[in-house]
Amino acid sequence: MQASVSSLPTPHRPHSIIRSNSNPSFRSCGLRKEAFGFQSLSQFLNRESRWIRIFPTNPRSRRQFVFSASASASAADNGSQLPTSFDYDLVIIGAGVGGHGAALHAVEKGLKTAIVEGDVMGGTCVNRGCVPSKALLAVSGRMRELQNEHHLKALGLQVAAAGYDRQAVADHANNLASKIRGNLTNSLKALGVDILTGFGTIVGPQKVKYGKVGLSDNVITAKDIIIATGSVPFVPKGIEVDGKTVITSDHALKLEIVPDWIAIVGSGYIGLEFSDVYTALGSEVTFIEAMDQLMPGFDPEIGKLAQRVLINPRKIDYHTGVFATKITPAKDGKPVIIELIDAKTKEPKDTLEVDAALIATGRAPFTKGLGLDNINVETQRGFVPVDERMRVIDAGGNPVPHLYCIGDANGKLMLAHAASAQGISVVEQLTGKDNVLNHLSIPAACFTHPEISMVGLTEPQAREKAEKEGFEISIAKTSFKANTKALAENEGEGLAKLIYRPDNGEILGVHIFGMHAADLIHEASNAIALGTRVQDIKFAVHAHPTLSEVLDELYKSAKVNSDITKPVSEPVSV
Amino acid sequence: MASLSFSSSVSSSTPFLRPSAFLLKPRSISRVPLVRAKIREIFMPALSSTMTEGKIVSWIKSEGDVLSKGESVVVVESDKADMDVETFYDGILAAIVVNEGETAPVGSPIGLLAETEDEIAEAKAKAAAQSSSAAPTASAPKVEEPGPVTANVEAPAPAVAAAPATPGKVVATPYAKKLAKQHKVDINKLAGTGPFGRITSEDVEKAAGITPAPKANVVVPSAPATPAPSPPKAATSFPEIPGSKVVPFTTMQAAVSKNMLESLSVPTFRVGYPIATDALDALYEKVKPKGVTMTALLAKAAAMALVQHPVVNATCKDGKSFTYNSSVNIAVAVAINDGLITPVLQDADKVEIHELNIGSLSLSKKWKELVEKARAKQLQPQEYNSGTFTLSNLGMFGVDRFDAILPPGQGAIMAVGASKPSVIADKEGFFSVKNQMLVNVTADHRIIYGADLAAFLQTFSKIIENPESLTM
Repeated sequence: MQASVSSLPTPHRPHSIIRSNSNPSFRSCGLRKEAFGFQSLSQFLNRESRWIRIFPTNPRSRRQFVFSASASASAADNGSQLPTSFDYDLVIIGAGVGGHGAALHAVEKGLKTAIVEGDVMGGTCVNRGCVPSKALLAVSGRMRELQNEHHLKALGLQVAAAGYDRQAVADHANNLASKIRGNLTNSLKALGVDILTGFGTIVGPQKVKYGKVGLSDNVITAKDIIIATGSVPFVPKGIEVDGKTVITSDHALKLEIVPDWIAIVGSGYIGLEFSDVYTALGSEVTFIEAMDQLMPGFDPEIGKLAQRVLINPRKIDYHTGVFATKITPAKDGKPVIIELIDAKTKEPKDTLEVDAALIATGRAPFTKGLGLDNINVETQRGFVPVDERMRVIDAGGNPVPHLYCIGDANGKLMLAHAASAQGISVVEQLTGKDNVLNHLSIPAACFTHPEISMVGLTEPQAREKAEKEGFEISIAKTSFKANTKALAENEGEGLAKLIYRPDNGEILGVHIFGMHAADLIHEASNAIALGTRVQDIKFAVHAHPTLSEVLDELYKSAKVNSDITKPVSEPVSV
Repeated sequence: MASLSFSSSVSSSTPFLRPSAFLLKPRSISRVPLVRAKIREIFMPALSSTMTEGKIVSWIKSEGDVLSKGESVVVVESDKADMDVETFYDGILAAIVVNEGETAPVGSPIGLLAETEDEIAEAKAKAAAQSSSAAPTASAPKVEEPGPVTANVEAPAPAVAAAPATPGKVVATPYAKKLAKQHKVDINKLAGTGPFGRITSEDVEKAAGITPAPKANVVVPSAPATPAPSPPKAATSFPEIPGSKVVPFTTMQAAVSKNMLESLSVPTFRVGYPIATDALDALYEKVKPKGVTMTALLAKAAAMALVQHPVVNATCKDGKSFTYNSSVNIAVAVAINDGLITPVLQDADKVEIHELNIGSLSLSKKWKELVEKARAKQLQPQEYNSGTFTLSNLGMFGVDRFDAILPPGQGAIMAVGASKPSVIADKEGFFSVKNQMLVNVTADHRIIYGADLAAFLQTFSKIIENPESLTM
């Protein structure tokens, strides 16, 4: 199993590749963390790293959970007497995609639900993550098409020079975020979920205090509480973020500048997507990656192909196996200066001078001020420890009754849709149905042009698992070059790869690089979630001509030795 | 996906066939057997049974790179998949014969591997000789030691702000580095003109003498209300190719240039017609001794047809009306004095083709005179600008058909191709071989419509096919 975080350019992380071999179901696939938008580091930090402490140190953090000593003291007193009746069945702290998904499902199940939000509704995904970045990527995809004269000519099209208006592009991203935020807020209100404004703090078992700084706090009681406070961009030590020339994804999504030359620290999902945006808008890009190769979290074969298509032909160069130990913003007539050291020897390696630097080294959990010590919970490098049912574990290793944590704050799988799935799983348990989420069935996608998507294990992860558990694996591959629809679009560059067990037909992983890969992966992720075997799914019919036939061909080319069909497999926890 | 069989590539002259083909999967490694020689050729491998040609996706190695056995050298795209191709031998990649993005048939050399450095030059020469795609490679200007650039490097940095923040460091942007590698420009010898003294892609392009790639256009945000950018004007700046020489237009060439640009404002269309010329050819043989030229015969035939179709002889002057010309004046395009002029046979419909009456000037004689005058630059304006219809004949050069540009002020121009023996089927279905030429008329569609031209061409072809009337 490959821990795969993109880069963490800090000397505090001497060995960047960390393996978690102890628990085969304990999956850590770094790239997934970022798919949702922006992260890569924190999951790995949560799981593997023992010596690094990550706090949401960013002073510009938008959310601050207020926690006063007196309040906690009184809370501790109150804590000894458990309430007998509650204001709410369920209170969710944090109105991101995770909290939203949990709230919707809770209402469906008839729970009286409230959601506490101290910042803006929608959280990272909607406001500073996947949503606005998709708007920018939609623009970059079209720019790419319009600039690809060769491609257009092959289709018989003639287009005069394409141009763009930076502010209008930025407005598109911002408008999209506002619209989605509005939709999300309205959907909660329409269902009767109470939206409580302020920073939430747990003051005792089944008790939450919320309110704004300087205003009186309200304390409410709830039968169950879900923590869904998310994460913030992680900025390694030595990097000075000024928000102008040295930026995080939060700033980059506002697209206030399109620099001539930008260094991107980290070649995970966030870095890759931004390299797609910036190069389409005319910037040149330099990647700084701590691992020995770019895109370390991806299946190596997919990564290699992606590098050939997404990096090599573009105005991009890269430095791998290096940490950025110091990044100084542009000032006093000097450009942004980046000092690099060798990731292994720690020797100074190079100094870069660029116009801007984007820090895409992952995300850190935002859990400070939650009042967890009131209930004897210790965060691990900021992450809230949970079991496979998302129950919060206290310092003694026991589950805290009625307290759950989902999403980036627990660091299991830092993806928006993973948080939502975890929230739904928790609500299922609260309403009397045991549920353990199979994290291996959660797909991830990177919205470059073309896109990358995956579900399940990478080939090295699958091989390691196979060796340990003593089974064979097989690989099947199909090319987009053989697909009619892809060729009609003149987008034959692409590969789909299936990793499966030839003995029973179990699908272990599917990886796609090519046009609309992000939309194609769900057939495979559903198959994994439902336990469908290759020998069964290959009889499913796909419309012709569609890109989905890439997967059809993939299943059909797999050679399974058994015709036995199995019932839905047992859930696998992370 | 089914494995692709890899029938091994051919070695230099004798096919190097293996009894059992390698089996390999897409994107797996295939090996290219190379000939035992000092200079070995890397061949386009057959990556599938149906593959006849392959495209070079990318060269993993560059010219001059030292290769060791088993290393991947190039990525080849077949009709089914992309594969890495690795070398069987140690050596130096001396020359890339087929560049990235180009295609080569299976078995043809795509690169050359030299055993030692000494053989690189030899290999390069060989590559240049056999390269089918030598043109781009050969025309890529070798970057000589550019004197002024070197001087710039030695000169002190012009301004503090333009120097790299790290003294003595060469800073080049990612694209500049890529271009420098591609065009073999030594980046250390360039002086950067970009921000902070960095070397930009423009600096490398300048040193390599190539056209700058267009950058993404940033529209000025203050004018979002006018999203439609002005249509691209005639390119005002072209790249300078070293060693080129500028020769100004002669007056005649300038006039041609002006007329050609003016012609763009007229909506033209074209109609072609095949015409049997056996009868015309026979007549020509008969009247040739009397000094009659083919040009005169064609001009006469056109003039006679125009009399029956006056609209084809008309002019559209203002875009609102027909101007029917009272006389039929046939202008004939002549290449002369490094230019082009159209002497006019006035009243070609009335003038006899050859002298019947002593004292009257025949069309043939008139034409001879006009050409002599044109050579001597003595044509009077009415002798070259009074045409109402133009004839352009490239048939004598073997051109079988072409497309003429309508000169301003006229309604139509006829382009005449060569008369050639052709197989023709008649109404009964019998084949015969007859001489045939293709004529193609370009006309101003504001006044002349398709049916007009078709009827005119039908008349013209009848005259040519029954040419007796020409000499009457």
